[in-house]
Amino acid sequence: MIETDILIVGAGPCGLFTVFEAGLLKLKCHLVDSLAQPGGQLTEIYPKKPIYDIPGFPSVLAGELVEELMEQARPFKPGFTLGERAEKVEKTEDGKFILTTNKGTQHKAPVIAIAGGLGCFEPRKPPIDNITDYEDKGVEYIIKDPDFYRGKRVVIAGGGDSALDWTIYLANVASEVSLVHRRSSFRGHLDSVQKVMDMSESGKINLITNAEVTGLAGNDKLEEVTINKQDHGEIVKKADHFVPLFGLSPKLGPLAEWGLNISKNSIEVDTFDYSTNVDGIYAIGDINTYPGKLKLILCGFHEATLMVQSAFKRIYPDKNLVLKYTTVNGVKGF
Amino acid sequence: MSLVKITVIDRQGTQHEFEAPTDMDLNLMELCKANELPVKGTCGGMALCASCQCYLVSETELPEQSDDELDMLDQALYVKDNSRLGCQIHITEDLDGLVVELAPDEED
Repeated sequence: MIETDILIVGAGPCGLFTVFEAGLLKLKCHLVDSLAQPGGQLTEIYPKKPIYDIPGFPSVLAGELVEELMEQARPFKPGFTLGERAEKVEKTEDGKFILTTNKGTQHKAPVIAIAGGLGCFEPRKPPIDNITDYEDKGVEYIIKDPDFYRGKRVVIAGGGDSALDWTIYLANVASEVSLVHRRSSFRGHLDSVQKVMDMSESGKINLITNAEVTGLAGNDKLEEVTINKQDHGEIVKKADHFVPLFGLSPKLGPLAEWGLNISKNSIEVDTFDYSTNVDGIYAIGDINTYPGKLKLILCGFHEATLMVQSAFKRIYPDKNLVLKYTTVNGVKGF
Repeated sequence: MSLVKITVIDRQGTQHEFEAPTDMDLNLMELCKANELPVKGTCGGMALCASCQCYLVSETELPEQSDDELDMLDQALYVKDNSRLGCQIHITEDLDGLVVELAPDEED
């Protein structure tokens, strides 16, 4: 069991800055994030994009800002559980929380700070009525082990790089590969586009363009895929697997089940200290909402700073908190 | 400053008419959000999500789509030939009379 003072769910900019502000008050932090590296969407989605509204930095690349925040947090030796999704929260008799991840790692802390940003990144599901009925029965949104498809008939949908790359790879593994794309042209890497075109011409794969998968059928498991092709009508294809590859989109995920007040996919907080309706759980950054909320990194930093003051009082009700000015004392790590 | 008339049809089919300023560096996603239409603008306008996807209804000439926008629309759902990302449409005088319809929300 990992024990800490503040358990931070989400290792984005807001979560990382919390480590620093908590450290000034001698509180230790541990961060849990479903992504494999810290930085949240800044590292995952736009590391090379400049950000212009961080005070004192006329322009800073998102990836660089994360590196600097990691540097700023370093003296306070934060712990990390990365690549695991915060799944379940239970309250112990001594008023602490036990947070368990989807991989079973357990963490214990008197305070949880949710800095979950947009939520967890999950695969986009195409709007096919019964698609969820076939999940793990022939429908997969992520290809984990290509060998799983050996000798099988696979239909892939999508027009991005991952759809192209997997089509090329699975052409030599599966017994039949079909790629279904909404348009006739692809915008992936030129050499993969060329390779897919060549494979289609030589009959190694079925390329079905200007088309969309609109229906799934089968008893107990997937057996048929219905494809609607513009000006051609419906094509019904025998298939063992359907793999839609439409990228990732953020979802609130398991957080939604933690008994927190939620409105419009965000967690409601009190702007006095960014506390939620559950005593001891706070929410800061893009994931929270309150009248006048702005989803800016800048605002998340402010929220983190005020939140740790309240967290301190909850952890040490008898201690008198003295706000630390770093200009006087400098930063003393652990 | 000048104002242009822009009509946004929401997901229930209701028409909303806005007079949008051209000197505020606004884009269509921001205009929708400012007027409390249910447009999320999750990525903040970087063409990295498709939550501001809309369909062009009027014959208005829009600037060409950037590679970023086309890449994103290749991955998005509910995409049609007249799909655009609202965040990539900057509000200029050329947009007077623009009519767009919001695409379905992927998460609903």
